Amino acid sequence: MPAVQETIDKVKAIDVDQYKYGFVTDIESEKGAKGLSEETVRFLSAKKSEPEWMTEWRLDALRRFQQMEEPTWARVSYPKIDFDDLYYWAAPKSVEGPKSLDEVDPELLETYAKLGIPLAEQEILAGVEPKNRVAVDAVFDSVSVVTTFKEELKKAGVIFCSISEALREYPDLVKKYLGSVVPVTDNFYATLNSAVFSDGSFVYVPEGVRCPMELSTYFRINEQNTGQFERTLIIADKGSYVSYLEGCTAPQRDENQLHAAVVELVALEDAEIKYSTVQNWFPGDKDGKGGIYNFVTKRGDCRGKNSKISWTQVETGSAITWKYPSCILRGENSRGEFYSIAVSNGHQQIDSGTKMIHLGKNTSSRVISKGISAGKSENTYRGLISAHRKASNARNFTQCDSLLIGQDCGAHTVPYIESKNASAQFEHEATTSKISDDQMFYCLQRGLSEEEAVALIVNGFVKDVIQQLPMEFAVEAQKLISISLEGSVG
Amino acid sequence: MLEIKNLHARIAEDETEILNGINLTVNPGEVHAIMGPNGSGKSTLSYILAGKDDYEVTEGEILFNGENMLEMEPDERAAAGMFLAFQYPIEIPGVATMEFLKTAMNAQRKARGEDPLSIPDFMKRVKAAASHLNVSMDMLKRPLNVGFSGGEKKRAEILQMSLLEPKLCVLDETDSGLDIDALRIVSEGVNKLRSPERAMVVITHYQRLLDHIVPDVVHVLSKGRIVKTGDKDLALELEKNGYADYVDTAA
Repeated sequence: MPAVQETIDKVKAIDVDQYKYGFVTDIESEKGAKGLSEETVRFLSAKKSEPEWMTEWRLDALRRFQQMEEPTWARVSYPKIDFDDLYYWAAPKSVEGPKSLDEVDPELLETYAKLGIPLAEQEILAGVEPKNRVAVDAVFDSVSVVTTFKEELKKAGVIFCSISEALREYPDLVKKYLGSVVPVTDNFYATLNSAVFSDGSFVYVPEGVRCPMELSTYFRINEQNTGQFERTLIIADKGSYVSYLEGCTAPQRDENQLHAAVVELVALEDAEIKYSTVQNWFPGDKDGKGGIYNFVTKRGDCRGKNSKISWTQVETGSAITWKYPSCILRGENSRGEFYSIAVSNGHQQIDSGTKMIHLGKNTSSRVISKGISAGKSENTYRGLISAHRKASNARNFTQCDSLLIGQDCGAHTVPYIESKNASAQFEHEATTSKISDDQMFYCLQRGLSEEEAVALIVNGFVKDVIQQLPMEFAVEAQKLISISLEGSVG
Repeated sequence: MLEIKNLHARIAEDETEILNGINLTVNPGEVHAIMGPNGSGKSTLSYILAGKDDYEVTEGEILFNGENMLEMEPDERAAAGMFLAFQYPIEIPGVATMEFLKTAMNAQRKARGEDPLSIPDFMKRVKAAASHLNVSMDMLKRPLNVGFSGGEKKRAEILQMSLLEPKLCVLDETDSGLDIDALRIVSEGVNKLRSPERAMVVITHYQRLLDHIVPDVVHVLSKGRIVKTGDKDLALELEKNGYADYVDTAA
């Protein structure tokens, strides 16, 4: 439709600097048919040459999905999504499993360069101290194109690849763990994801191995009108350790984009998984138009004794965020952590939090949530802490702080606490505050500009969480928070 | 350096008149004390000098080195060399004192078109200034003013003052909440900063601060007006006889 194209062009022309990562790469794309049906799923599965059981698994999910209702309990509002008006398959055409960077479409590499992903600088990366190395599994639309550092990881026995590749190379591992943390029927969006997930990352860290580097995936939604359904599965075998970072940007556009990812983590006995997210998707323009709808199911299963899973997230983007990274504390003495910074500005809506499900004895969890609302945004923390009958001596500490900037935003806290075991001890602390005029004046009197003052005060507010991020990303996250809040005062 | 001419001001919200025609000239190198009873407008004057927008200037002008200060934003005034030591310093949770110092110093340098300080240079300056004020490394790592005692807060204010090297220092009841030892440390810190290029306005209720920071000129402020100006002996006289004489004059 020319009218729409005109709007897109206009928005691009006016707003191109507003959103740093707002551009669309012009690469030929191959698309499947529009709409959600058995044919779509079969086409998708066939395109990816998946085994028969995977196709059936997807079809089962689709049938379940068709009987489900979209949930409405979250404090977010948006126009109804027409699932039959979306594409469920798009792949860069010219790329078919390149063996090295040389085989990758140069325009794609340019996109990565714009994003600041150091893929094209593999040699430089390789020159860095081995312990500081970051391995990037780049996802371009639906197909994983390049994976770096694979060889080095292989030496350590760590499997880090796209889930499509894992389905081909390690089908037994995938079959054993896929859907074991987030079942096919878990919730509306997770079920949708199970039916049509496009691609994602797979990590397996074998027994006793400490993964030699941070693993990192950059997501990027590029093809217009394409729902993006990432699926990530991370398994830390007995006594292993892995730290994983997910960061993402998306191009600016005039249409809403649906994103429904599922992340499953499995930590076996004495294993530890640290999962960090820096999310900076297009939040919509000044009037709240466009922007990503982000409906994500993230869950970790502390399956073995003394296992530990830690979620750290910095959420600054998306028009709508619906996300509750959770831990099932099944193994005795296991521990779950959730550290979150959720920044909303403009017309953004965030409904996010965590669930800590204490099933085993002596399990403990810690929740630190920092919500910052500015502009006309709504920011809700929703959390569940529960102790089941057998969870003797379960412990939780929750701290939930909200900071308001301006008069037109909202902060809400909805904590659910359930204890079926008398020896469980749950603590909940919550505060809501504003950046006071006195604080601003004090900072200005010392010579800070208004924006510097807000950035300083906000960074003080989120410090407890920033400290949990891997060093190299903490600085980036602080910058991102400052950028997100630009123009929120005055 | 500072010229206040016929300054009238009121509270923006309810239009209560606070200052009723203040005239004051402070030259470089001078220390002026402003004394007066509660509610005479002392703190208001300091806030207006710093540019707090709770107040509205209805008449008169303020010149700072010849420039119209009332047209400058608070951060511009700071960068131009105006420093206010707060009576009640504000807490900034999660921001280490050290970090705040660096941010403030570099913000002012940026506004003046200078390069940011290198870390070693910054550390050297902080360490030197902190030792004079009995400020420990531990205190510098704590969030600014959060959980600080009265004395620590005031020492932190003077530490900022000495690092920012302002041209005009306004000290608003810096002696309040200080015991005798803290008063001595803070006053010594202030005295160290006295120089022929720097002017100071010291606002206080009590003469005792002026035993330590000896002023060149003493003004009595009452009902928003300067009703008496004298030398340091005026402060002693006030200490003995109270403000009663001057309060009546103003009425």
